[in-house]
Amino acid sequence: MVAKRIIPCLDIKDGRTVKGVNFVNLRDAGDPVELGKLYSDQGADELVFLDITATHEKRKTLSALARDIARNLNIPFTIGGGISALEDAHVLLESGADKISVNSAAVKNPSLIDELALHFGSQFVVTAIDAKWTGSDWIVFLSGGRVATERRLMEWAKECQERGAGEILFTSMDHDGTKAGFACEALAALSDQLDIPIIASGGAGSKAHFLEVFTEGKADAALAASIFHFHEIGIPDLKQYLGTHGVPIRL
Amino acid sequence: MIAIIDYNAGNVRSVLFAMERLGYTAVLTSDPEQIRKADKVIFPGVGEASTTMAYLRSSGMNALIPALTQPVLGICLGMQLMCTHSEENNTPCLGIFPQQVKRFVADGLHKVPHMGWNSLENIRPGAFIPESMQGDYVYFVHSYYVEEGPYTIAQSHHILPFSAAMQKDNFFATQFHPEKSGRVGEAVLQHFLKL
Repeated sequence: MVAKRIIPCLDIKDGRTVKGVNFVNLRDAGDPVELGKLYSDQGADELVFLDITATHEKRKTLSALARDIARNLNIPFTIGGGISALEDAHVLLESGADKISVNSAAVKNPSLIDELALHFGSQFVVTAIDAKWTGSDWIVFLSGGRVATERRLMEWAKECQERGAGEILFTSMDHDGTKAGFACEALAALSDQLDIPIIASGGAGSKAHFLEVFTEGKADAALAASIFHFHEIGIPDLKQYLGTHGVPIRL
Repeated sequence: MIAIIDYNAGNVRSVLFAMERLGYTAVLTSDPEQIRKADKVIFPGVGEASTTMAYLRSSGMNALIPALTQPVLGICLGMQLMCTHSEENNTPCLGIFPQQVKRFVADGLHKVPHMGWNSLENIRPGAFIPESMQGDYVYFVHSYYVEEGPYTIAQSHHILPFSAAMQKDNFFATQFHPEKSGRVGEAVLQHFLKL
């Protein structure tokens, strides 16, 4: 049986991790490769590197980073952040990235998903969706949650699948940063209605939240950042806990 | 020298990096002479079957690969293309393994693509993957699978049992990505490289 995945997310700016604070046992916690390796050694199943650099040097630094990660890590990783053209994706694939994630660019230009899937295969294309509950439906937001769109989560997720996305990374903006648990109801609905894997993001605060998201939330993978970066939950401990609670997990 | 067949496929670089991590010298090459002379050949692959086979035919690689006599390791799409036929765009393949490649059908409980870590089961005694790896997790990403057959040496289970690894004469193959499967994957590569 395929195991549920635990995915630490590292924010990158100018080739350095921005949330990688307080790692006493690392020589350089700002080094994405070193931090990634640490997580990999601890049992992370995959890694996501989210680039927030906003300069014209971005493409170059990001491909150098992908190459550095691919050279040093032996688990799969996704790179995301501002990818808007086929050429961006191609450079990252050539550098050794296993997957890329697209977000705002795909909402603005949905055929980008078709093109990426056609050229590089669905396995390469993760569609990240940020959404917020408005009282009647989940509305998709752009640009890290600053701009509301007309799109609804479920419709957009289905469209992404039809266009060839290999996975959906859903972040609930209502849950992100709260440490009060994942958006299990919406995640379960996504999982029920889509055939492709769903990665849950936003709200992780305890081991029990991960158990919930894999059972009630029916997620295939769960992503978190600060709770790992700030040692609030250790990955070995978390995986042990999930294993003893009957969740299929790679130990 | 290890030759990694460089063709129109995704993420061949990861395989090269894995070789380097293990301390081996490998080259990415599409030169038939270099491939023929290599001690070991790796046939990696991420991509779509029909366009890849078209490329292999146009470069003569479709005749070269089955005629190789040194140990050859097919990975993921590489393994599928070593079979007789793939349902992916109804593609005739290299015919090294007399097997059919079929598409997973999502059943509500299981997602397609089969993506993530799954365990190795029923490892055949004497295979290039040691029996001690029984139950170990390796990383898969695929929507098509190779049925179980006489050359299946390890299986995994997703919707149904399928071939996780195969072996016939000098041809070896894994559906999973050893280059992305952590220490277990590196050990699988080591076992192949030491053949």
